[in-house]
Amino acid sequence: MKILVCVNHVPDTTTKVNVASDNISLDVNGVNFILNPYDDFAIEEALKTKEKFGGEVVVVSLGGDSHKETLRKSLAMGCDRAVLLKDSYSRDSFSIAFAISEFAKSYSPEIIFIGKQSIDYDNSQMCGLIATFLGWQSVSVVVKFAIEGNSVIAEREIEGGHEIVSAKLPAVIAAQKGLNEPRYPSLKGIMESKRKPIEEINPEQCANKINVLRMRKPTAKQKGKIVGTDISAVPELIKLLHEEAKVI
Amino acid sequence: MKILVFAEQRDNCYKKTAFEVSQAASKIAAKLNSEVIALTIGENISSIAPQLGNYGIKKVIVVNEPRLKNYSTSAFTSIVNQIVEKENVSVIFLPASSMGKDLAPCLSAKLNAGVASDCTQLKVEDGKIIATRPVFSGKGFLDLEITSEKKIFTLRPNVFTISQTTTELATVEEFKPQLEEKNFSTIVTEVKQSSSKKDVTEADIIVTGGRGLKSPENFAMIEKLADTLGAAVGASRAVVDAGWRPHDEQVGQTGKTVSPSLYIAVAVSGAVQHMAGMSTSKYIVAINKDKDAPIFSIADYGIIGDAFEIVPAMIEEINKLK
Ligand SMILES: Cc1cc2nc3c(=O)[nH]c(=O)nc-3n(C[C@H](O)[C@H](O)[C@H](O)COP(=O)(O)OP(=O)(O)OC[C@H]3O[C@@H](n4cnc5c(N)ncnc54)[C@H](O)[C@@H]3O)c2cc1C
Ligand SMILES: Nc1ncnc2c1ncn2[C@@H]1O[C@H](COP(=O)(O)O)[C@@H](O)[C@H]1O
Repeated sequence: MKILVCVNHVPDTTTKVNVASDNISLDVNGVNFILNPYDDFAIEEALKTKEKFGGEVVVVSLGGDSHKETLRKSLAMGCDRAVLLKDSYSRDSFSIAFAISEFAKSYSPEIIFIGKQSIDYDNSQMCGLIATFLGWQSVSVVVKFAIEGNSVIAEREIEGGHEIVSAKLPAVIAAQKGLNEPRYPSLKGIMESKRKPIEEINPEQCANKINVLRMRKPTAKQKGKIVGTDISAVPELIKLLHEEAKVI
Repeated sequence: MKILVFAEQRDNCYKKTAFEVSQAASKIAAKLNSEVIALTIGENISSIAPQLGNYGIKKVIVVNEPRLKNYSTSAFTSIVNQIVEKENVSVIFLPASSMGKDLAPCLSAKLNAGVASDCTQLKVEDGKIIATRPVFSGKGFLDLEITSEKKIFTLRPNVFTISQTTTELATVEEFKPQLEEKNFSTIVTEVKQSSSKKDVTEADIIVTGGRGLKSPENFAMIEKLADTLGAAVGASRAVVDAGWRPHDEQVGQTGKTVSPSLYIAVAVSGAVQHMAGMSTSKYIVAINKDKDAPIFSIADYGIIGDAFEIVPAMIEEINKLK
């Protein structure tokens, strides 16, 4: 089975967010980038699928040279080959998904695994976009996954429960935490990943559909009120919630 | 320019987001002098549709289709697409719920439309819709416009507050979509309710417990406070990882993003990844014995003290209001 997994290179979760001088993007000075946490689950599921059905796992990322770091980690975890769709231009979800789906057409995998969300711009759009560009099915926010015949049987998280979804292959599957326990790269994997080449391809172009006007930091909340330092403050707190905030 | 609202229902009941999105879209439509219609898809749902009139919708298109009792990504995408063509819709508003977030990118690719996901604010400037959306887990906000001819916005639940402005009812128009076998390539075969309890993403009040509660048994007091307030119980990742609470209660970066009117964090330190999921709550209350806990930096009201004394006292005090 030919399996494709998409990974993104994102600021780690503790990043202090500052706005760059262009007023529309993140100031990347001093920011530590990591493999998008949800993509760990996508890689793990791709590797498990290969272990079950045989084949190969190709990992792809669209971005600048810095994305190679994340591709190396994916190789170290066990992906067979890595492809960088090299582009420094800042694309929106539509444009990234378009380029990835064009690449997918040339590789023609039977299934694509991605993360449910990139923790940079939190778009959660890639799954439906790539699938629709390819004329495939998609299942988002997946916490359980199996292939039965020519269908995917998956469980996706919804408000207050789960949906059991049956989708015909080929399909794009977006991994949510809980799907599996991602493996750590082995020492052997890390050594091998250093030797494996990362193929560079020029991605297809596609105009953005989103125009960012400005990026800003949240307006700092007024310093909150410490109502008290022990149990005697409780009546005052409840009174404030009832009369001032009017939320209870 | 016509605006379409995707009004989500489950089990023949509108989700609160259906009203939120209807009202937010109606306000935008008024500013743009354009028409706004809604679409509801389900098995037998014509009777619930008129109430959307209360939130500014004049006409609701309903699709009654036995095969669509449950959600289907492929069939819903096709139906919305057919409505967009038939009605010549140029802007679509959906809730940023699990359904809306699943549907929006499929429509985006089909309609060549840009999507602004999970918007927390909308306004009209120079005849254009400007959306604000949180990025980097709420540590930043983008103001953006969609430049494609067709435009899609998903709205974060609980952020766009509703007020029933009229008692008017919407007219209901039934639509029979063209559906082929292939439109059912993805189907939901079963919906498993985790329990009858309230989901954190839909709750108006959330009481969240953290590791400072020391054991799963001590969550009894959190549940009691939640019951007293008609609230949902939330959890930090530390307590979910410890197996004290189920993952569907987790709030934060790797859990759920919530925006209730009142968020009470009990014995939660307020790690950035936790705050990522709740910083847009309207009012935040922190109960923590450490005066330097980061949660106090975003709390509107705080008590520095022992949760084991304060929570029971809160329950007692709230009961006095009743
Ligand atoms: C990639 C990544 C993703 C993550 N995603 C999430 C996420 O989605 N959600 C999330 O919550 N975390 C997430 N985390 C974890 C996060 O960093 C914190 O570890 C976690 O939120 C801490 O949980 P806590 O506040 O319950 O525990 P602690 O940080 O241990 O805090 C316990 C608090 O209880 C207080 N306390 C103790 N006893 C009492 C008492 N008797 N009365 C009152 N207060 C008391 C203490 O002062 C302390 O502030 C993530 C981390 C990473 C790296
Ligand atoms: N630049 C990119 N290159 C490759 N995959 C990506 C890229 N951006 C996002 N993805 C994939 O799409 C998923 C969802 O991202 P998003 O829709 O941007 O929130 C991520 O978890 C990745 O698997």
